[in-house]
Amino acid sequence: MTSRVIFPHKVLPYLLLVPQIAITLVFFYWPASQALRQSTLREDPFGLVTTFVGLGNFRQVLSDPDYIGSVQTTIIFSAATALIPMAIALVLAVMADKVIKGRGFYRTLMIWPYAVAPAIAGMLWLFLFNPTIGTFAYMLRRAGYDWDPLLNGNQAMLMIIMAAAWKQISYNFLFFVAGLQAIPKSLLEAAAVDGAREVKRFWTIVFPLLAPTSFFLLVVNTVYAFFDTFGIIHAVTSGGPGKATETLVYKVYNDGFVNLMLGSSAAQSVILMGIVIALTAIQFRYVERKVHYA
Amino acid sequence: MPERTEAGTTSRSRRSPWVSHAVLIAGILIVVFPIYYTFVASTLSLQQILRPPLQLLPGSHFLDNYYEALFGGLGRVGGINVWTLLLNTSIVALSVAVGKIVISILSAYAIVFFRFPFRMTFFWVIFITLMLPVEVRILPTYKVMVDLGLIDTYTGLTLPLMASATATLLFRQFFMTIPGELLEAARVDGAGPWRFFFDFVLPLSKTNIAALFVILFIYGWTQYLWPLLVTNSNDMNTIIIALRKMISYADADTQWHLVMVTTIFAILPPVAVVVLMQRWFVKGLVETEK
Repeated sequence: MTSRVIFPHKVLPYLLLVPQIAITLVFFYWPASQALRQSTLREDPFGLVTTFVGLGNFRQVLSDPDYIGSVQTTIIFSAATALIPMAIALVLAVMADKVIKGRGFYRTLMIWPYAVAPAIAGMLWLFLFNPTIGTFAYMLRRAGYDWDPLLNGNQAMLMIIMAAAWKQISYNFLFFVAGLQAIPKSLLEAAAVDGAREVKRFWTIVFPLLAPTSFFLLVVNTVYAFFDTFGIIHAVTSGGPGKATETLVYKVYNDGFVNLMLGSSAAQSVILMGIVIALTAIQFRYVERKVHYA
Repeated sequence: MPERTEAGTTSRSRRSPWVSHAVLIAGILIVVFPIYYTFVASTLSLQQILRPPLQLLPGSHFLDNYYEALFGGLGRVGGINVWTLLLNTSIVALSVAVGKIVISILSAYAIVFFRFPFRMTFFWVIFITLMLPVEVRILPTYKVMVDLGLIDTYTGLTLPLMASATATLLFRQFFMTIPGELLEAARVDGAGPWRFFFDFVLPLSKTNIAALFVILFIYGWTQYLWPLLVTNSNDMNTIIIALRKMISYADADTQWHLVMVTTIFAILPPVAVVVLMQRWFVKGLVETEK
């Protein structure tokens, strides 16, 4: 790196960096620093007096049963949203790796959900499961099942998990297909010659070799479940019924934007920042480790 | 796949390929059905939609519904027609994609091909934006937008989304693979930074740019929280926000058939981009690891 050939210009590089740095400072760093500042302040209900409360907002947030409930909701939602598409995509990718005819056709159809906005994905599933117009909702009720996600929290959760997981199948599928193609065929042939059956070959060779891909997808899916699914929740359930589908990100939005609890919302933002930093660190540690595999 | 030799394929696929095909078709059904169902609903009359279960084949109101949505003005979102919504969303998606690519390629070029004080500081300043998604700074960012008078403007909808650590990191990584001899040779020939950029770096980056364009177009098109924050007036809505308004005030006279048509319009452009540019998209996605 040090021996790289470079241009000798002294001012030009700064000019090239200006657009990105300017946007970054104005729209990222300044607001983030304001969130940090706000998280230590508390305003009275009329917004007239602002007092410094140190970590008071954090103490309040972390001892709030609603917040703890939201943490639990987020864990359930994220775990399901991260793992379900991985399982489905892995099965489909293994099958796609076996077929020769129609591979391109399957892939073309499989990538559609990637292009669908999370909020729209939520609406598609809402159309199917809406108690008044949904065909599946109608069929469930005909089968004697009491389906009403507008009243039943678990059913609402199930609906947004289905939508969120559905959208993520494409992404996971493409990565598993690439992961499978990177496995040396000679390895599998050697195992086959040694008499290992297909199922055994999968669990002893393919599955372990896919571990780096799986781990990467787990991190990406978790980030997706935390942050990118806001649209699904906002469009489909608005965090309800009650608070049954209020995830941490939705709660930051709702407390800050709708309920105008500024200090509490800012403290929640800062906690989320901590979570993103942890997830990013994990992701980049992994990317570094991946170099050894390649 | 040239390395998929005769021996390999036969030993692996002799066991009935039909099972694989059946599983894949089941998978495709799960993946495509919700979209297909919405398309079917978009070809039915309001009365048919309100009486589930819906039929499985498209109905006879395709022309009526699409004509009404395109030329009738959708009452539910304040008289804004689909054209305005599609135009807004296209402007957002295209400016975000192009803007991000331009801004990132310039800063990556500066970081890789020049040496100057605080170079790595700038790099980290850009890198850390990865950890500050809109979701963790909703209110203060909204306040900045209000203070700068950017609410309900295209600038407000697009500019803040243009800074991207991911794209900068990608270009930086790619630029570092450009051999130093190339730059040396170009400099011997008297090429300055701009010549080198346009004659060598840009052509070499074509595939990366194409891949990134698809990913960023989708990113721009599917934005939700950001347009929700910075638009109030209906004629600045993106199609996704407009749809959410249409369904969230759903009551007895929600025009469900027009909602379905609008949904199809919200899905079609990005799906078309992904499918048509599939080769670059898949390569870009998998190789850049997001």
